[in-house]
Amino acid sequence: MAVPPGVNAKVFAQAVREFEAAVGKEWVFTSDEDVALYRDAYSVLWGEPEERLASAAVAPDRLEQVQQVVKIANAHKIPIYPVSTGRNLGYGGSAPNYSGSVVLDLKRMNRILEVNERNAWCLVEPGVSYFDLVRHIDEKGYKLWVDIPDPGWGSPIGNALDHGGGYTQPMFRNHFDSHCGMEVVLADGDVLRTGMGAMPGAKSWQEYKFGYGPWIDGMFSQSNFGVVTKMGFWLVPLPDAYLTGTVTVSKWNDLIPLVDTLNYLENSGVVNGMPGLGMPIRQGTPPDPALRGLLEAATGGDASGIDAYAARNARACWSCTVKFYGPQKAIAASWEFAKEKFAAAIPGARFEDGESYKLPLTPEQREKVHKPEFGIPSLETFSIGARSETNPTPSSGHAWFSPIIPRNGEAIFEANKVFADAARKLDLAFFGFSLPTTYWMRSFIFLFGFPVTRDAASNKKNREGFKQLVDICAQHGWGEYRTAPAYQDAVMNTYSFNNHALRRFHERVKDAVDPNGILSAGRYGIWPKHLRGTRA
Amino acid sequence: MTRACRLLMLMALGLVAPASAQTTPADATAIGRGRVVYQTWCATCHSAGEGMPGTAALRVKYKSQPAVSAVLTERTNLTAASIKFFVRNGVSVMPFFRKTEISDADLEAMALFLTRRGTP
Repeated sequence: MAVPPGVNAKVFAQAVREFEAAVGKEWVFTSDEDVALYRDAYSVLWGEPEERLASAAVAPDRLEQVQQVVKIANAHKIPIYPVSTGRNLGYGGSAPNYSGSVVLDLKRMNRILEVNERNAWCLVEPGVSYFDLVRHIDEKGYKLWVDIPDPGWGSPIGNALDHGGGYTQPMFRNHFDSHCGMEVVLADGDVLRTGMGAMPGAKSWQEYKFGYGPWIDGMFSQSNFGVVTKMGFWLVPLPDAYLTGTVTVSKWNDLIPLVDTLNYLENSGVVNGMPGLGMPIRQGTPPDPALRGLLEAATGGDASGIDAYAARNARACWSCTVKFYGPQKAIAASWEFAKEKFAAAIPGARFEDGESYKLPLTPEQREKVHKPEFGIPSLETFSIGARSETNPTPSSGHAWFSPIIPRNGEAIFEANKVFADAARKLDLAFFGFSLPTTYWMRSFIFLFGFPVTRDAASNKKNREGFKQLVDICAQHGWGEYRTAPAYQDAVMNTYSFNNHALRRFHERVKDAVDPNGILSAGRYGIWPKHLRGTRA
Repeated sequence: MTRACRLLMLMALGLVAPASAQTTPADATAIGRGRVVYQTWCATCHSAGEGMPGTAALRVKYKSQPAVSAVLTERTNLTAASIKFFVRNGVSVMPFFRKTEISDADLEAMALFLTRRGTP
């Protein structure tokens, strides 16, 4: 049995016995075979001495058991690492930041405590997956959607706490923003409820976020200040209809007014689905080889060649697909208004009507749509990297590099120039001209999947490239929104305003609420006092 | 023994399954449970149809062996050992599964379901 660093083997054995008494012997995992299942399958350190590994795992079934486990860990100063479903693949799995931690596996806490159809909210435990929640809603026949991230096997709680996002309307796409109320076990085993939940007998825990006094929910996201055991979420009332339309524009620099117009439409609520930017000029299999040089020149600031190419071939440089949810007549009118705005901003803009569905979808329609946009969980996203005709030797996973940049066309141009220069310098072949995604209001996010393999040399090269890109982005004012444990210190280092004032504040809070430093040491770059010297 | 060696050994030993014995009532119960486990954890990647990354990957993997279906429930040559290996070790972008997700008993039941040889 592995033992956490700095913990006496006899003390650890005693703690394990106490864990077993708290949750039942069968739910404490200490054998090598069982503990290996807590490795991060997409670890960028796989098989290397630095790989983050658990010493054991303990899986409570209910709040009182979580409190007991945390109290035992605190009494014996055993590092523990809570996970909800442990499926944060690409940004981490069920492995801890700090090797030797005991994983607190909350998967067994999988109760859907309430779904309120009348006011569209739910209250769930950490082990509930999106599949579970949607299945429950479907079985009950509620006219509700859940905003879903790409892989549906994650949990609403885990995804929200890691700042995950989805695909429906803006107020639901940001999963942390759409939560309402938490229950949290603190490092000494005490339990608190946030928002209205702080009032005994509260009648509106999932209906008003702030309660009274400082709103502390954010303290428990991307952090290690407590173990979240319940969360409420606002759900999507089934819309009447769904509609998409696409605008295409010819010239390279049309991207700037295209994004500005999109922002106006989205920020004012006219466009209320997740928009998508595209590059029709690059379509075609295989792409025209002549385009490569023209794209490089345009990325470098000379768009004359690509504009001439677009004119000669009657191709558009850019497209933007806008999406609408709502009353059928209203969203048709919204699309008409959007067309007017795009046409006024960009001479020559062309328009094409897209998908149009009266909701709910028919079974046949469900099969052909992008499921998360309709609150349908799936695992289709794992096509990325899986074996295919064009990828006959698949990788073992990926780690997302995902910087946030401003929501304007100039930033897209600048970022691509920076990425292209960096990719050449760092020999990262998988970078090409890329467009950001639009999960969040008012900002763009780029998503680049760094391949993860079982080859240490390849992983090492990618790690070095990843960390250099983090720094390069920070030099331009662009920061990662979320990252895998191996990179969390590097990313936290870039949020360094005023001599790392934010991190110093995190550490002061950590020392106050978890003085023994037992909870998720190192998570998102927050280390307890006794381990700060180990920070990468 | 390395994972690769274990995998090769399973491939060598396990791809052709023995003929099934008669199904007992206990087996039928386990197969029913196995079907539920399969639907919960595997069907979303390994069913027939579009948007199934597991099926799409196996279609490419076995394209030179047209007799081998890419859909797991249509396979006739799966063994319990190989099913358990992939669930507990993963392959490519498919991760492995913890025992709080698929317990040993559930894995046994699912293996029985996928190797049931004609039992409905």
